[in-house]
Amino acid sequence: MKLSWWKLLCIVLLSYALIGGLLMEVPRKAILNETIRNIYFHVPMWFGMMAVCACSVYHSIAYLRKPGLLSDIRAVSYAEVGILYGALGLITGMIWANYTWGKPWSNDIKQILSAIALLIYAAYFVLRNSITDLDKRARVGAVYNIFAFAMLIPTLYVIPRMMESLHPGGQGNPGADPRDMDSRMHMIFWPAAVPGFIMLGIWISTLSIRFRKISDKNLLHA
Amino acid sequence: MQSYQYILAMFKKDLLLELRQQYTFYGVLLYVGSTIFVLYLAMQQPESNVWNGLFWMIQLFVCVNAVARSFLQETRGRMLYFYSVCGPVQFIIAKLLYNSVIMLLMSSISLLLFQLLLGNPILNFWQFAAIVWLGAVSLGLVFSMLAAIASKAQQQASLMAIMGFPIIIPQLLLLIRISKAGLGEVFKESALADMIWLLVGFDALVIVLAIILFPFLWKD
Repeated sequence: MKLSWWKLLCIVLLSYALIGGLLMEVPRKAILNETIRNIYFHVPMWFGMMAVCACSVYHSIAYLRKPGLLSDIRAVSYAEVGILYGALGLITGMIWANYTWGKPWSNDIKQILSAIALLIYAAYFVLRNSITDLDKRARVGAVYNIFAFAMLIPTLYVIPRMMESLHPGGQGNPGADPRDMDSRMHMIFWPAAVPGFIMLGIWISTLSIRFRKISDKNLLHA
Repeated sequence: MQSYQYILAMFKKDLLLELRQQYTFYGVLLYVGSTIFVLYLAMQQPESNVWNGLFWMIQLFVCVNAVARSFLQETRGRMLYFYSVCGPVQFIIAKLLYNSVIMLLMSSISLLLFQLLLGNPILNFWQFAAIVWLGAVSLGLVFSMLAAIASKAQQQASLMAIMGFPIIIPQLLLLIRISKAGLGEVFKESALADMIWLLVGFDALVIVLAIILFPFLWKD
């Protein structure tokens, strides 16, 4: 089996993030304690989701510029992994919240908005399934994908800064408070966990793209 | 003809259709009236937070009903005709404009009905009304674009709700939040202005996206 360099790098980085993330020293903080390790797994999910969703929108734009089934296949496959990452991000967040906030769901604005993001992408798949004509499905899907993504960005990046929230990094940065991490944690988070999970997301997407290419072989070469 | 003349002509055509086929217009009006009446029977005079939440929910459902028609009523043949007389950009701008006007009208009517039937918790009427109008335009714009997308698929009405509700929730949350200013809640001066600007920004974004994306939906 031959793997390209970035897949090998992905394996190495994620093994480092997994082993280092669970075993290396972390700062002791009140309430957070050991749950701070969740930052290595929960936050990269959102980075990964944004990355694959951006890829999905890129291919949707490519489809509208130059229609071709391949662009559509890519857009769907990336969006699929986007949903997967979003769901994992939400679940890891809820497990963490169960120990730190006392309950998994407390109607926090960031929980609500991430659930909305998932619903928006779920609607993308419902929309696609409701159109039988292939070209029309691809075109309408691409339009919705671009529209939804453009509406999602201000939602996820602006609104959380305006409302009060329990989430770490309350004022300012909506994701995480950089002051919670010390230099040892930064050594795992930035070089390994974030790029590792982004690469894993792209890897999963490419597998799904290859699968779709084979199952739609007749259509692609028609 | 100049492009704004096309837009005006399309806008006038929608208005004329509305005036000639009055049953659709009165249909929406009756929808507004009867839902608010049912709410009155169920709730009588709720306290101001509930009042506010109910008001925006009714706006949402009225919008889905009022705006969905605007694309669903256009048959294939008629779309083909519009295609031959004007461009997609003029067409969508006329639709956005028309739906915003309809929503302004409907939200004003429901505001009056709410005050009449469900009690009047509003302290600063004009401030509340201005926020309602801003919200009406926001809802009208977003759902026009979604109606255009849904009109290409089957089961259009339910798709409108599936696609629309998640996308509109952030704006609706903001609207519910700032409309409390009209109900007497005190805000930091800058916070209120920030949220209003964000809503205006959303509206501008929807208009730009509609103008860019609609030409791709249009050709069949």
